[in-house]
Amino acid sequence: MSKRPEVDTAEIRARYPDVFERPAAARLATPAMIVAALAIFVYGLVDLDFSPSRLFNGLSQLGWISMMMIPPDPGSSLPLYLKAMGETLSIALLGTTLAALFALPVSLFAARNVVPSKILRFPVRRFLDSIRGVDTLIWALVWINVVGLGPFAGVLAIAVSDFGAFGKLFSEAIEGADQKQVEGIRASGGSALHEIRFGLLPQVLPVIAGQVLYFIESNTRSATIIGIVGAGGIGLQLAEQIRVLEWQKVSFLILMILVAVAAIDFISSKLRFAIIGRRAVA
Amino acid sequence: MTLAVSILPEQQLAVLNAAYRKAVARKRLRLAAGAGLFIAALIVASIGAEVNLRTFFTYFGNFVSYFDRIFTLDNGQRVWTNFGEWFWGWHKWLKLLAETLLISYVGTLIGAVLAFALNFLAAENTSPAPWLRFAVRRLLEFARTVPGIVFALIFVIAFGLGPMAGVLAIAIHSTGALGKLFSEIVENADMKPVEGIRSTGASWLSCMRFAILPQVSAGYASYALLRFEINVREASVMGFVGAGGIGQELIVAIRKFYYSDVSAILVTIIVTVFLIDITTGWVRGRLFGKEART
Repeated sequence: MSKRPEVDTAEIRARYPDVFERPAAARLATPAMIVAALAIFVYGLVDLDFSPSRLFNGLSQLGWISMMMIPPDPGSSLPLYLKAMGETLSIALLGTTLAALFALPVSLFAARNVVPSKILRFPVRRFLDSIRGVDTLIWALVWINVVGLGPFAGVLAIAVSDFGAFGKLFSEAIEGADQKQVEGIRASGGSALHEIRFGLLPQVLPVIAGQVLYFIESNTRSATIIGIVGAGGIGLQLAEQIRVLEWQKVSFLILMILVAVAAIDFISSKLRFAIIGRRAVA
Repeated sequence: MTLAVSILPEQQLAVLNAAYRKAVARKRLRLAAGAGLFIAALIVASIGAEVNLRTFFTYFGNFVSYFDRIFTLDNGQRVWTNFGEWFWGWHKWLKLLAETLLISYVGTLIGAVLAFALNFLAAENTSPAPWLRFAVRRLLEFARTVPGIVFALIFVIAFGLGPMAGVLAIAIHSTGALGKLFSEIVENADMKPVEGIRSTGASWLSCMRFAILPQVSAGYASYALLRFEINVREASVMGFVGAGGIGQELIVAIRKFYYSDVSAILVTIIVTVFLIDITTGWVRGRLFGKEART
């Protein structure tokens, strides 16, 4: 047993000044950030016309609306709503599939381990980023101008906006793939295409399948709203019923959406587990 | 150097080959069945969605020329030849853009505070009572599943036209999304500090404040910043239903075919979204080190 060595506090203090006396800047940083955040918040409330009376009036209105929503009742338009729901699900499925089909080849050009040249990768990535920067609803409006009102415009809108998202996600999956298998193929004399087909694809396909399924799920939600601008599906009915203040039908439609999303959630998570196993689903 | 490859006798090989073929055939059959089902679903879906390839090919030229048109000024020149003409309304647009950013900021903050208040009740390990957890979880699920723009449609009627409806819609949607993410962080937190604090006789509230909060606050901030990024995009379309922000201007431009305005507003939005992405990525990197920047 040795005696505990003498501690020279003065020396330690001199060596790690930051621990003993945090500089004023570091101590003030957090409160300053909180004050700044609150200041912007208050400015925002004022600038965006928040007032207690408006809030109170609105809340009592909202209370009335919720009272009028009960009980949910489709009236005589149930078959119409079911058809619209089917349309929405179709839009989600087709849009996602189209997006995945087109994004796979493009994502190869955005992946560092496939295309080492930065000059080639950069424009592809910025292109995908710009597509993602535009919301699905905006794409829906653009496609309505092109192919007319209706669900087909919705399919194309979802396909384009997901194309951007998939391109990024797929290229990340490809960059995360193990290079050894690709090198193995190259060592045995395979061409660049062989490397992708036998070295990369078997590794990334399960990941990609999982992501596609997840997007079908989240697109069911997006597909419900693109109808609001006229691109088909249940959103069209919902927006119409809200505009004519048929609250019972509105609540019925919202319930329908909730049930459909829950059902798709359930099916796609089952499928995802089946394809990539429980552990890979983070 | 010689390489010796031992080859098994015929009969043994035949058995092994047969077993291999059978295994592969089963796998292929399953794959083919899955693909068949998927294609059948696609066909049913394309009938449901009124897919019409002929319209698509007839009008696809429109899509390409649409981009040609939105990048052309009224006088027939390309937009980038005359920036002053292209962004003629920059004063108004920047103001609306600032409004959009404020909507998403205030909405995210309200949503984050509400989610913060609710998430301890929704997490498996900290919830005081099972019935409370069930109720809070269903509430969050509801707020998350109903799209923000549907809330906005309803709020525009209740609170009147204007950015307030947009803020509240974004706030509710963010509450649902962040509440789930926050409660997942809490579920991954280490429970030993909680036991330590409870053993001193502290209340539930003090346990949360002194045992859980220090572990999770960094994760909260990271998710809230990420949500802000998403909400900027969302707020840019809130104007479509009259809930404030730049969307109002955009939908008018698209509907009335003010072509060069469409591209000017879109470019403004895209650049803003880029800048916000980069800034929040940088802030998250500064706050929580490199690993938080995913």
